[in-house]
Amino acid sequence: MINPYLPFPAEIIDIHQETSIDYTYRLAWSGEARFGQFFEVSIPRYGEAPISICDIGEGVLEMTLRNVGRVTRSIFELKPGDRLFLRGPYGNGFPLEDFAGTPLVITAGGTGLAPVKGLINHFLTPEHLLPSLHILLGFKTPGDILFGDDITRWSAGASMHITVDKPDAGWCGPSGVVTNLFTELTTELIASAQYIVVGPPIMMACSIRQLRENGVELERIWVSYERRMSCGIGKCGHCKINDRYVCLDGPVFNLTDAQWLLD
Amino acid sequence: MASLPSGTRELALSQPAFNAMLAALAARYRLYAPVRLPGRGRFSDQDAIRYGEVHSLSDIEFDEKAQFSPKEALLPVMETMFYFSEDSYREPEIETRGILIFLRACDIHGLERLDDIFLRNGTDQDYYYAQKRSRVKYVLLECLRPFANCFCVSMGCNRTDDYAMAVRPNGEQVLLQVRDADLVMMVPAEATPASFTPAFTREDSTPVTVPDAGGLTRAIREDGFLAHPMWDEYAQRCIACGRCTVSCVTCSCFTNFDLFYDENPRAGERRRIWASCHVDHFTDMAGGHSFRKDNGARMRFKALHKIYDFALRFGQQMCVGCGRCDDVCPEYISFAACINRISQVTNSAASSSPEEG
Repeated sequence: MINPYLPFPAEIIDIHQETSIDYTYRLAWSGEARFGQFFEVSIPRYGEAPISICDIGEGVLEMTLRNVGRVTRSIFELKPGDRLFLRGPYGNGFPLEDFAGTPLVITAGGTGLAPVKGLINHFLTPEHLLPSLHILLGFKTPGDILFGDDITRWSAGASMHITVDKPDAGWCGPSGVVTNLFTELTTELIASAQYIVVGPPIMMACSIRQLRENGVELERIWVSYERRMSCGIGKCGHCKINDRYVCLDGPVFNLTDAQWLLD
Repeated sequence: MASLPSGTRELALSQPAFNAMLAALAARYRLYAPVRLPGRGRFSDQDAIRYGEVHSLSDIEFDEKAQFSPKEALLPVMETMFYFSEDSYREPEIETRGILIFLRACDIHGLERLDDIFLRNGTDQDYYYAQKRSRVKYVLLECLRPFANCFCVSMGCNRTDDYAMAVRPNGEQVLLQVRDADLVMMVPAEATPASFTPAFTREDSTPVTVPDAGGLTRAIREDGFLAHPMWDEYAQRCIACGRCTVSCVTCSCFTNFDLFYDENPRAGERRRIWASCHVDHFTDMAGGHSFRKDNGARMRFKALHKIYDFALRFGQQMCVGCGRCDDVCPEYISFAACINRISQVTNSAASSSPEEG
C-alpha cells in the first residue's frame, strides 16, 4: 500500500529574491499540476508547510516562500543544488476552461498574488488570451511588492493597478486598501467579468462583500482559501470548514459554494 | 438482526479455560480491553478506567464505562511516521500481530466513523491507520443497561453485528458467541454448547433529539444560527481544555511535526500527535491569522461536526452517544444537553427517532 505521507526530493535550480522576506524558488520537478494547487513543503527535522504553486514550466516548479514561520525560516538557508522535500500536488486548482472567453478581474492582496502568478502568465500567452485581463493588487508597503519584473511585463497585456496601505516618499500610485481599486471597474466589467479574489481573510471578506454589493453574482466570483493544512490529504482535520476540506474540495472555490463555508 | 454467519459457535467456558484461550490468542493478537487503574482517577481515591493490554479475564473491566475510548489502538496519541537522517528516511517496522479489541456497540460504531475519515475521505488512505485497521477484530462487550450520560439509542448506535466474538462473564463461567472463523479455531476443547445472544441496551440515560439537517441548514443560512446567543454561554463556560475531544471515540484530528535528536541533530523523526479544535493554536496559520478564537465558536464548530456536517459528507452522524464528553468535562458542560438545545432553538428536531430496541 502506498504511504501518502512520504515526501520526494526536488532539487533547487535557483532562488530569486523578491522582497526583504520573500524568495521565489525554482525546483526541478516534472508532473501534472494545476494553478491553485499546493505542495506540502518540508525540510526534514523542521516540519512541513503548505505552499501554493506559483508557476509551472517544463520540468520546473516555482514557489514563493515568505519567511514567517518556523519551517520557512530554515528553508532560507538552502542554496541552488540543495534539495527540498515535497508531497503533492494537492487540492483542486483553478478551472481554467471556465474563464475562457470572458473578461477576468484578479484581485490579490500581498502574498495572495503568488498562487495566481502562473494563471496570469497563462492568460497572457497568445493562445489563451481573454477579451480583457484586469489585475488589482494591494500590498502593505512599496517594499512588499512581489514579482516586480513580472508586473512590468504584465502591464503590457493587462490593465494593472497597484495600491499600498503605507506609501513611502517615492510612491506615486494610489494608497489605501485594495478594494479602493474597485472604482476602476466599469459597468461592463461588473456585469460580465469573472472575478478571482485571493489574499488575507479580512481582505477577501471585504472584497467579496463589495463586489456583491455592486451586483456581481455569486457564480462569477472565485476564491482561494488558506487554512492550516497539516496532512494535505483530508485526514488531520485542520482545514475543515463546515462539510468541506480545503485540501480536498479547495483551495479554489466558486462563491456559490464558498458563501456557506462560514467560520 | 441479521442472521448469524454459518459456523458461529455459542459456548460456555470455565474461567481457566477462557484464560487459556486468551493466552493462545495473545500469541497472534495484542489483546486490548478496558482496564482499571487503581487510584489513577480524576479525584483522589478514584480509579481510572481506560484501555490497556490484558492477559486474563480478571484484567478486563466489565462493569464500568471506559473513560477513554479504544481509538488509541488505531490512532495512538503520538506516532512516528518515519525516521530521517541527513537526506534519507525510513518508515517504522510494521507490526504483524493482530489487534483484538474488547469494546461496546457504541465504540464499534465510533471506529467506523474513523474509517470514514482515514480510509474514505479523499483519494488517499491513511497508511498508518490502514495498517492497523486491517489487523483488527472486535470482541463485543454487552451493555445490559446504559451508563450515566449514555445516549447511544438516540444516535442509533446501541446495536451492532459487526464483531468477531461476543463475551459475557456468567458466574464461574464465561459465555462466548464466536462468529469469526479464525477465532472459532482457537476455542478450547473443553467448551460446552450454550445459548448466548448478546443483549443491547434499549434506553438512554439522557435521551437526545438530533436536529434535522434541513432545518439546521436553514437556521444557519437564514437565521444566523452560527451567531446565536446560546454559543456565548459556552464561551463563558468552556475552558478549552480539550478533554471532550480526547475522550471522544470519533475525534481524530492530529498535527504533523518534526523533531530532531539533541545527541545527533542531523537525525530525527516526523511524528503526528492528537490535536483538538477546542485547544488553542488549532487554526493558527503562518502570518498570525487564526479562526474561532472564542471558546463558544469552538464548541459550536465541534457540535456541528458531530451532529450535522459529518453526516452531510459521509451519510451518518459522527457522534455515537457514548457520553464520555459529558463524563469528563471539568466545567460540567453536557454535550447531550447542547444537542437538545440546538434542536429546540432551531425548531429542527428530526421527525423520526431511531428504532427503539
